[in-house]
Amino acid sequence: MLRFLASRILTMILTALCLTFIVFFLTNLSPNLEKVAKSELGARITDAEVESWLGRNGYLEPTLIRYGEWLGVVPGFTHTAADGRVTGRCIDPDMGPDDAPRFCGIIQGDWGFSTVFRRDVSEIVARGLGLTGKLMFWVMLVMVPGALIIGVLAGMREGSRTDRTLSTLSIVTTATPEYVSGVVFITVFASSAVGLKWLNGSATSAMDDITIANFTLPVLTIALYGMGYIARMTRASMTEVMTAQYIRTARLKGVSFRNIVLKHALRNALIAPFTVIMLQFPWLLNGVVIVETLFNYKGFGWTLVEAAGNNDIELLLGVSVVSVLVVLITQLISDIGYVYLNPRIRIS
Amino acid sequence: MDPLSWTGAVGAILNPALLVVSGLFIVAIILMIVLSFFAPPVTLQSNADGTVMAQGGIFGLVETAVRGLLFALLAVIVAYVVSGIVLPYGDAGIIGAVNKQFTPVWISLVVTFVVSIIYKRKLGIYGKLFDNIIGMVGFGLVMFWVFTAIYAGVFDMIATHDPLSQVSGLKNKVPGVPVPGADVMAPGSHYLLGGDNLARDVFSRMIHGSWIVVQIAPLATVFAFMVGITLGLPAGYFGGKFDTGLSFLANLVLAFPVILLFYLLVTPEMVETGIPSYMAAVLFIFPLIFALVLLNSRYHTQPALRTIILAIVLGVLGVLYLSLVNQAGTVLHFLPGWLDLFDVPGGILVVFVSVVFVNSPTIYRIVRGLAMDIKTRDYVAAAQTRGEGPWYIMLWEILPNARGPLIVDFCLRIGYATILLGTLGFFGLGLPPESPDWGSTINAGRGLLSIYPHPALVPAIALLSMVLGLNLLADGLREESLKD
Repeated sequence: MLRFLASRILTMILTALCLTFIVFFLTNLSPNLEKVAKSELGARITDAEVESWLGRNGYLEPTLIRYGEWLGVVPGFTHTAADGRVTGRCIDPDMGPDDAPRFCGIIQGDWGFSTVFRRDVSEIVARGLGLTGKLMFWVMLVMVPGALIIGVLAGMREGSRTDRTLSTLSIVTTATPEYVSGVVFITVFASSAVGLKWLNGSATSAMDDITIANFTLPVLTIALYGMGYIARMTRASMTEVMTAQYIRTARLKGVSFRNIVLKHALRNALIAPFTVIMLQFPWLLNGVVIVETLFNYKGFGWTLVEAAGNNDIELLLGVSVVSVLVVLITQLISDIGYVYLNPRIRIS
Repeated sequence: MDPLSWTGAVGAILNPALLVVSGLFIVAIILMIVLSFFAPPVTLQSNADGTVMAQGGIFGLVETAVRGLLFALLAVIVAYVVSGIVLPYGDAGIIGAVNKQFTPVWISLVVTFVVSIIYKRKLGIYGKLFDNIIGMVGFGLVMFWVFTAIYAGVFDMIATHDPLSQVSGLKNKVPGVPVPGADVMAPGSHYLLGGDNLARDVFSRMIHGSWIVVQIAPLATVFAFMVGITLGLPAGYFGGKFDTGLSFLANLVLAFPVILLFYLLVTPEMVETGIPSYMAAVLFIFPLIFALVLLNSRYHTQPALRTIILAIVLGVLGVLYLSLVNQAGTVLHFLPGWLDLFDVPGGILVVFVSVVFVNSPTIYRIVRGLAMDIKTRDYVAAAQTRGEGPWYIMLWEILPNARGPLIVDFCLRIGYATILLGTLGFFGLGLPPESPDWGSTINAGRGLLSIYPHPALVPAIALLSMVLGLNLLADGLREESLKD
């Protein structure tokens, strides 16, 4: 078990390094840097001025060294101007060059400064994560029990009409991406022209105060897309369990159908969906970005869109690191959880 | 000229019928699901005369009711379509007029279904699809959009207006609004599904959008399959370091949040650096490698024949590849003009490349798993004993036997590619903003969604029905291929 854990964690760290490097490389390509220089100094500067600004701020060093600086394993860049003033990556404007730390990367907790919001990246990311956390909590609360109930109901009598109806229903939800269900929901429940006007089409007010009116639609929109997939996996797992030998034994003993499902089948049928739910997280991130944009809820996904749309390199890097880590950690949990939950693997 | 109502004159009979039938249908379905928990299961009762009768009890009764109501619902819907086609333009309202525009599609669908059902026993897995209701519904939805796309994109039928032309005074107008100046009741005299925020016809844009989606999504899936198969087969068959390395790369791409990848790859700055062109050059060469290995492993014992076949196939594919990759104004511009058959605009190329890139690792993993499973079979051992080469075994023994799951996944993947394409459009990435594809239209319409929902709702439902059709088709195919 320990060997397994160690190798998994090592692979995870290697993957995280590769992925962050790719993001770093893609965000720091020369056209992007040029845009940064122009947004700092004005759009009409000459190419030579762009070049000298980039040089002064350390953007012209090799990508690998800059990646090390950003990570915090290579000493931060410093530049000595003609008048002897020293500026650098780690040196704040109100700080002397001697007081500044040698390293300042994300390992030291220095995530950089957002050019769009004019605040520290760590602060913005933390706020976005908090808001998205609230959203995800409610999504999970709706999605997981709903999906499991649908899956178990469909899987306990394979091939029955209930099974067919619920399976078709889950196919419909997996075929409905968030931007489609969101549009349909807003039209039906929130539109002032034709709809029922029961709920709000915007979740901006939910950032301070969650109510049924402003939070139902975003939660439902994300939950619905993932629900069908988890329900189908639960159904597959349930039908497999229901054909097992011990279920037949229980039935021959005369155990009632309800007790067979609840006491014998359910526990074993829920191992596989656990993995699926965990692996659903990367896809949920997609949904979060779409829904937060559609409903104007300023969480993590909205921050990603703002950062990418406005070429805010450090914020985009911060957001990427967090999302890559979330994906990798859920994969790790799903691997460990699968081993832990399955007695056949756990005991051997 | 009067605006069209939704259902016109036939609505007086059909609307109440639809309301009653669909209401009863939903009630019956809910009742059935609730009863499946409590009611006794269906049993068989043998009669004295030797026949057997199903004893459904109350649950069986509800099941029968659901089936009957489903057929009634279908009958009402067919009545809407037929009345729209038969009655003159305008008499059956917007729904009738829309169905009249779709007349060539309906005819093609009916012909396809009739011919397929007559010859279904001779058509292999495709014919078996017509034994399965879910599969037939899915196939119908998919073919509906395929026919629509072909008629609209190639023959310029169905759509009533140009997707880009604006008619002043029709900005954000509701469905059925008459076009100013039109005085004859004829196709084109109304904006059937209303106008969007730039006063363009929502219906025509939706129709023309289908052509973009139907072109890009399947083609991107084919390329992704070529990449996945060409890399997945040797990884699963040989295993070892090659497998470890490739699987790590595949996991790397899979761990990348899709939306982040799109935001990093599909930007004008990225097109400027040329990275998408290089990625296209790498990803699009896989079909060539695949064809080369496929044919060479088959015909390498007859060198004369092999050389001729390879020269022809690779020649054609090579020219297509070069003109796809080569494009004026990008980093890869080396061909003389006369050899460059067609140009793909940079925006579309980068969309195409990113959809292929995102899909290939999943297919790689599926193919790898299948190859690992199948290589232990007896017929593979037999081929090895015969002295066949590894590539022959992979491509001519393993691949044909893995076709069932791969065909099913192919349908699902096209649906997923459609969703990804819509996602890109929804964020305004890649495709030009005036493009009529469904994602971009939803994006354009979402600003005023709560006041004027129709410009976004129409493409949303179109996209939903196409993806749903592909998923149902995949489900039907899976069920039928499991029956063997």
